[in-house]
Amino acid sequence: MSNLHEQEFSEKIDMSLWKRLISYAWRSKGLVMFSVFSLICVALVDIAYPLFNKYAIDHFITLGTTDGLGWFFAAYVLAVAFQSIGVMCFVSGAGKLEMQISYDIRQDVFLKLQTLSFSFYDKTAVGYLMSRMISDVARLSEMIAWSLVDVLWALSFVIGCMAAMLSLNWQLALIALCVIPVLAVLCLYFQKKILKCQREVRKTNSRITGAFNEGIMGAMTTKTLVREQANLEDFQEITTTMRKVSIRSAVFSAVFMPIVMLLSSVGTALALYRGGQEVLLGLIGFGTLSAFLSYTTQLFDPIQQLARIFAEFQSAQAAAERVLSLLDTPLEITDTPEVEEVFGDSFHPKQENWPKLHGDVTFENVGFHYIPQEQILSNFNLHVPAGKSIALVGETGAGKSTIINLICRFYEPTSGRILIDGVDYRERSQLWLQRNLGYVLQAPHLFSGTIRDNIRYARKDASDAEVRRAAQMVHAEQFILEQEHGYDTEVGEGGIRLSTGQKQLISFARVILADPRIFVLDEATSSIDTQTEQLIQQAITTVLQRRTSFIVAHRLSTIRNADLILVIGDGGIVEQGTHEQLLEKKGAYYQLYSQQ
Amino acid sequence: MKHQSSWRLAGELLKGLRRYLFLGAFSVLCGTVLSYLIPLVSSFTIDYVIGGQAPSLPFFLESLAQSFADREMLAGNLAICAVVLVALTLLNGLFAFLRNRSIAQVSEGVAKTLRDKLYAHLQEVPYDYHKHASTGDLVQRCTSDVDMVRRFIGMQLLEIVRALTMVSVAAVFMFSIHPQMALISMSTFPFLCIISFVYYKKVRKYFAYSDEAEGELSTTLQENLTGVRVVRAFGQQKNEMAQFTEKNRAYKNITAKLNTMLGVYWGGTDGLIYLQIGISTLAGVYFAVTGNFSLGNVLVFTTYTDMLAWPVRQLGRILSDLGKAGVSLGRLGEILSAEPEKEPGQALTPEISGNIEFEHVCFGYDRYDDVLKDISFSVKAGQTIAILGSTGSGKTSLVQLMQRLYPCTSGKILIDGVNVNDIEHKHLRKNIGIVLQEPFLYSRTILENIRMAAPNASNDEVYEVAKAAAIHDVVQRFDLGYDTVVGERGVTLSGGQQQRVAIARTLMQNAPILIFDDSMSAVDTETDAAIRSALASIRGTCTTFIISHRITTLRESDHILVLENGRLVQQGTHEQLMAEDGMYRRIAEIQSMHKQSSQKGKGI
Repeated sequence: MSNLHEQEFSEKIDMSLWKRLISYAWRSKGLVMFSVFSLICVALVDIAYPLFNKYAIDHFITLGTTDGLGWFFAAYVLAVAFQSIGVMCFVSGAGKLEMQISYDIRQDVFLKLQTLSFSFYDKTAVGYLMSRMISDVARLSEMIAWSLVDVLWALSFVIGCMAAMLSLNWQLALIALCVIPVLAVLCLYFQKKILKCQREVRKTNSRITGAFNEGIMGAMTTKTLVREQANLEDFQEITTTMRKVSIRSAVFSAVFMPIVMLLSSVGTALALYRGGQEVLLGLIGFGTLSAFLSYTTQLFDPIQQLARIFAEFQSAQAAAERVLSLLDTPLEITDTPEVEEVFGDSFHPKQENWPKLHGDVTFENVGFHYIPQEQILSNFNLHVPAGKSIALVGETGAGKSTIINLICRFYEPTSGRILIDGVDYRERSQLWLQRNLGYVLQAPHLFSGTIRDNIRYARKDASDAEVRRAAQMVHAEQFILEQEHGYDTEVGEGGIRLSTGQKQLISFARVILADPRIFVLDEATSSIDTQTEQLIQQAITTVLQRRTSFIVAHRLSTIRNADLILVIGDGGIVEQGTHEQLLEKKGAYYQLYSQQ
Repeated sequence: MKHQSSWRLAGELLKGLRRYLFLGAFSVLCGTVLSYLIPLVSSFTIDYVIGGQAPSLPFFLESLAQSFADREMLAGNLAICAVVLVALTLLNGLFAFLRNRSIAQVSEGVAKTLRDKLYAHLQEVPYDYHKHASTGDLVQRCTSDVDMVRRFIGMQLLEIVRALTMVSVAAVFMFSIHPQMALISMSTFPFLCIISFVYYKKVRKYFAYSDEAEGELSTTLQENLTGVRVVRAFGQQKNEMAQFTEKNRAYKNITAKLNTMLGVYWGGTDGLIYLQIGISTLAGVYFAVTGNFSLGNVLVFTTYTDMLAWPVRQLGRILSDLGKAGVSLGRLGEILSAEPEKEPGQALTPEISGNIEFEHVCFGYDRYDDVLKDISFSVKAGQTIAILGSTGSGKTSLVQLMQRLYPCTSGKILIDGVNVNDIEHKHLRKNIGIVLQEPFLYSRTILENIRMAAPNASNDEVYEVAKAAAIHDVVQRFDLGYDTVVGERGVTLSGGQQQRVAIARTLMQNAPILIFDDSMSAVDTETDAAIRSALASIRGTCTTFIISHRITTLRESDHILVLENGRLVQQGTHEQLMAEDGMYRRIAEIQSMHKQSSQKGKGI
């Protein structure tokens, strides 16, 4: 969970990282060009405005004539129109670019997530992935799209201004511009400080959200424990911190702006002082002086922008690293190119080449460990003929789930091999196995949508009649019809509106519809009210028929009905046999059994 | 009506912060005036000092400037003008600082008060309120709506003051210099203000669409990630990818459209503003050439127009945001106006030993549908009572009534002869320990969680109850032991582990009455038995209620209540109930069926 805390400021900007991200922008070359071009137009017009003023002063006011004023105004209006359209194009172009970048990154990451192995999911919290995919990507694409354009705009504006000033009068320009380096350094310093403060604020803010969440979700518990006062005190501690850090952040900004203003006014004052003297001496005209005055007042904004962007890149670097490292996560379970060639990948299956799966499963000297120091299975051998059911029993942590994970190819053996219908399953595609495998989890997972959608998840093209038949077979129809909208009842996110028992029945129906050759069940430990419990037992019996099945079993009746019982412990099979055989033995199974 | 309460709430929130607000407003005022004076320094210098024309400053400033220094002297020392320029900027900066500093005090202060009030209030409202409100919605209001109000105060409230001062100060300056020119320079401002007001009202809808689309995108993602095993088990990656792509594209398109709307708005209003500046310049030139309007004045007017235009455009937006902030405040007011839990009776704090009597108790969440009907039974201190019933039969409601988490609709519950309505609710709850069916653990360490109800308990005491709840060994196996953080920000415990921590937490309370609301449902039978035997020794003289589906658990109790559809259909000891033809025996028989049949198989 170390992933959850926020990163430190990176002092160095890692160019290779940003290059990769910028290459996302480059995928939409047209949009980049379009935005940059319109922005340059805008900047050009921005620079031209003071020149219009200068022209008006020098040609009309100083000369005391209105000749050509109409043309002057027409030219001005043209410039305004030009700029107006430029702004429209730039804002919508950069906006489109931003969305396109985030779209592309999200597509890539999602695709990656669909192929990553379970060893990754077992180590990574969903919340972590969500923040990478939603907030990090949004932040990065916003930065790349807008910053890219902003940097170009600010640079062209600064360079344009400087060029204009230098060409008007280079000595005066040098004097007026001498504050710029100081300004740049100062801006950078403050922007960084401010970003750091803001991060502190965000962090505290998410603590507040968490606290509200907890306070509301735990309202009942709080009442029963009479914790109201204590909770409020804890909460107030966070809000006090929040006020403190927010005000501190505000103070930084509040100091920063006046300093920038002051420095830029020094530039203006220098121009006024030197320029004024030169006007008095008749060296330059009024127009030049006024152009200088407006350039010096306008220059500080883009410089501040540049500093801000630079600081932002430093602070977003960690987000960039996190997103890109997701894309770079190695796949632990992949199909070899040869296998893909014949059977296709998960997105483009070549089903016509898939051999029929019968369900004969063999473990051949299988060894497995999650981390090398802790061997979970060693030299595990087992042959299950097609259609047989196997119950796995044993203490928690003995390796039952590992065997299940290996059968499903969520993990692969670290030594030895697993054969399905006599062939190492690594010589077939993952999808081939998955499509022939049914799996019901201890805590069944449903997707939001209707009950019908959920049953049909197994096979999208199943007809309503098939869905119903599946539900009937596992005795789920009765409770489904009792729901407000029957099969069209929304189950809520994660199936929250149904009880655990009901969710389980639906997941059985789902498996029936998929009609797999191999069925894997991780039986729930929790007790469910007796009536539902009976339905579930019947459903299991239905599902087991004609399939090779592996059951992590907790209930005696399930265990008894299995063709073979394996007692798992210490990296392998401790005992195996039927219920009666194992009881006779009076060994480990007998002990487990008599505790029931 | 609603508006009135929003105003009152606003008044309450600003208590003690008014002086900051005034200081902020005052600084804005001074800052605005200064920001007008600053360009005057340049124009005065150019016109009068350098150009030798008559200075064209507004009334009083003119005499002030002239009495301060004559032209010759200033022309010789242009530095003075430059220094005045810098000094005024410095002063302006000082006011800007004051303004931001004091408004931060106000906005953050209001936010803190609001948050604290909301949190305290949400804990005080009856549980029934939470049962009907959605967590997501409440959290959303407590965070986004508070933030909306905070941002409005922090960033926009003073902007209104500023825009208004600017317009009026500028109007005074400009009208005193040249009334016609002033009118021309501000001619498009009303349109600008209205356009932005209307625009922001309209675009808000699109912001909502975009948020919605993002919400859908993230829900789709979340479901895919949490259901990743199901996705893979059914080989549905391709469909998932298609679904995600659809949401991703929808979000992209709607937001890109929003950005285009923003672009049109920015471009359009920018154009309008520059057009206004152009008109001012044009008119300025015309007046300068034909009349007695100085060059400096032209500069002043174009600068003012430029300075004014942006706040005016902003004003339209702020006015539309004002509506939004009002709505947010109203929604928060709604939460705060919910009635907190009341003491219906005398709020006594009697000594509680654990005799309980239900007399014709009826209860319903709403008036028309009774969850419990005419329940009567009595329990002596120290007895163990078991409750059996199917889902929805009213077991949970029955035990929760004792803690007065809900009030009875009729009948009464007596504890040691005192009606629970007359016992102060905190006293009552401290004396009744309840383990909820789906216990909630706070995202803190396990140690803190267990100590929740008894903050002063020693570590040894914690270990003792943890052992009784059969969680001690599990906790010891964690890397951080009792310091392991659980919940959202830490390790996820299994359902059974959560239940056991909750049991330990309740035992820590050391209450004379204990209630286990099906709180071992996720614990395997073996551990269940271990916990129950440990409890038997630790609880001693406690009156204990146990809700369970397991007959093995039920049979050990002194008295069993069987509920069906809210009625007490059977009560008595295990033996008595087994002798009756009823639900209890039926369930007992189903549950022992497997056991019996397997015993036959064993050949015993």
